Formats: sequence, structure tokens, C-alpha cells
Amino acid sequence: MKITRKEFLELSGLSILGAGALRAVHAVKAAESAHANSLPSDSPKKQMALAIDLRKCRRRPGCNLCSQACHATHNVPHIADPRHEVKWIWNEGFASVFPLEQNGYTRRNYNGSPLPVLCNHCEKPPCVEVCPTGATWKRSEDGVVMMDWHRCIGCKYCITACPYGARSFNFSEPREALQQVNPDFPTRSLGVVEKCNFCAERLAKGEAPACVEACPEKAIVFGDVLDASSDVSKALDASYSIRRKPELGTGPNVFYFL
Amino acid sequence: MRERLIIVGGLALFLLLFAYPVLRAAVYHTQTSAPQLRLTSQGSTCVAPTDYMRTSHMRLLSQWRTDVVRHGDRRFVAFNGKVYDKSLTRTCLGCHNKQQFCDRCHAYSGVSGPHCWSCHNDPQAATAKVMP
Repeated sequence: MKITRKEFLELSGLSILGAGALRAVHAVKAAESAHANSLPSDSPKKQMALAIDLRKCRRRPGCNLCSQACHATHNVPHIADPRHEVKWIWNEGFASVFPLEQNGYTRRNYNGSPLPVLCNHCEKPPCVEVCPTGATWKRSEDGVVMMDWHRCIGCKYCITACPYGARSFNFSEPREALQQVNPDFPTRSLGVVEKCNFCAERLAKGEAPACVEACPEKAIVFGDVLDASSDVSKALDASYSIRRKPELGTGPNVFYFL
Repeated sequence: MRERLIIVGGLALFLLLFAYPVLRAAVYHTQTSAPQLRLTSQGSTCVAPTDYMRTSHMRLLSQWRTDVVRHGDRRFVAFNGKVYDKSLTRTCLGCHNKQQFCDRCHAYSGVSGPHCWSCHNDPQAATAKVMP
């Protein structure tokens, strides 16, 4: 078989390109699988979750005892200006929490009822993906999305990334807005993001989250959803539940019974 | 000749400025001494020997922070087998007074870097804001 000089050069060029492209393909594949492995959703031992029974919640219009208990426990400053307010668990209107579930009946019956919202401690938390300093991460032992306020640089990427508005930024000195300080929990400082920590400090002592304890109607159930015998699993087995914006694929771990 | 005057004059000025702190102390009889630290509760032992704490308390606190926040590990087994809660507010300040202990030494040695107290609470602080 005869081959011209031009054909030879073309063939060798193509071979080199092909070999190079194969290396690139392998490198991309390796990077992707490494990224997939780093995702915290890989077989966590536990996944803590909340189930909030809004049927019980509605018995007390205007109630925000869960929010009061949480904010007192964690030194969450009370700031009236809605642009600067800091909140871990708070009441939100039905229309903004479940915009796609609305109909004439929900508007008539549920608007004006308390609907507590908080950090969903997602299976795939977008806030963790965007944090440039590793100040927020998903705990592998119980699935709690934690924050290290020592490491937060206040870039607010996580606030933008969170589809639930669960994160607040300290635009002003938080201690100045605190009437009382619980010495057993730190306050935050100016320029730091904060959110619900599923009461990690109480879980460490074997206690239930403050909001669960504070609810007079026992409307909030807390536990491990990977354990079929936990209270929260039983409650979720017994009733139909919905989550906020499940279509986003974040896998929220706060469930609501309507 | 003129250069020599400038050189010697400059050297003398430099020596004067260089020795100013010493001269000032000699003239005004000012003396500095390391702060005499007092403990709130006498007689109890610290989580580590004094020599170690004096040189390396910042490393210990940094390790405690990582253990508690990152690993949820709140139990500290001390050199003498005693078990402590890894808590700045409760364990450290249970014996040490922030104003009498931390602040005085840090002010004396000019180490104002760490911002521990912009978030962590001093339960002994005489403010009405702290809950009992």
C-alpha cells in the first residue's frame, strides 16, 4: 500500500488529535466521578428531618411560639426592618410557601394561617455547592446542613443559592438588636450569614430541637427519616405530605401535612 | 569639616531617638510588670498544665473549635483523666474571668487579634442582657 507524504501527515495529525481527545475525555470523566463522590448525598448514616402538621398548626392563628423559642435559644436578633431581618424559623404566607398548590379554597382557608418555614437541610444543598470557604457543609453523620461562622466571609452566595430564603445576613451588629442573650449559644457578628442548624447543639445532648419542644400543639415531629421506626418516619407513613419546591431537586427534609 | 558635623549630629539624633523609651522610663520612673493574674475559683486544675496553656492555649482553643463545629466532638479528656466540655464560655470562663485574665494579658502583650468575644459570650459580664 502506497501512501503519499500529504496523506501520511494528515493521518499522523489525526492520530495525535485522537489520542489527545481521549485523554481529555478520561480527565473529564474522572473529574465528574470525583465530583459525584464528593456530593454529601452518598449514603448518609442518618438524615434528620422535620414534619410539620399544619392541621394542628392552624388551631392557633397567629401563633409563633416555635419561632420565639428558636430565636431566644440561638440569640437571633430581632430586627424590624424586613430588608435586614434575621430569622431561622418564621411564619410565611401559604401563597409564597406553596405557590403551585394554590386554589380558591386554599386562598379562602389557609391564607392568614401560620405556616412555619425554616432551612430544609436539603439532600443536595445548593448553598453548600456555592460556598467558597467551606463555611457551610452537610454533616455526613446526620445530614444536618451546618455552618461554621468562624469561616463565613459574608459573600452571600448561599443566600442567592438557597431557593427557600432560609438564610439571613447580619447587615447590622446583631448584639445591639438582642434584648437578652443566651450565654450557652454564641451570637453572630456583623457581616456573617446565619440560618437554622436543626439545633445541632441540642442534638449533641440528646435533646429535641427547640421548636419541637416549644409547640403547644405538638405539631412538629423530628427524627431520622432513614430509620423506619422513628417518629417522623411513622408520621410520614401515616399521612400524605408535601415539601417546598421539590421540582428543584434539592431534596428538602422539612415535610408538611396540609 | 562640615560633613563631619552633619554625620556626628545625625548619629547623635539617631541615638537619642533610639534610646528615647529607655531615657523616658529613667526620667519618669515608669515601670511595667507583667499582669498578676487571678483565678475566679482557686485551687482547681486547668484542662492542661499551666506551661502548656501559657504558650499554646490558642492552639487548644482552635482545636476545640474544629472538634466541636466540624466533628461534633464536645468531650475533652484532660491530661489528668478529667473530662471537660469543650466550651469557651462554660469551661474556660468557669474559672477564668475574661476581664481579669484574658484581657489583661492580651492588652499587656499587645495581642488584639482574636475576635472570640464578638460572638462568644462572657457569662460573668455585668450586663443585664445575659440570661442566667
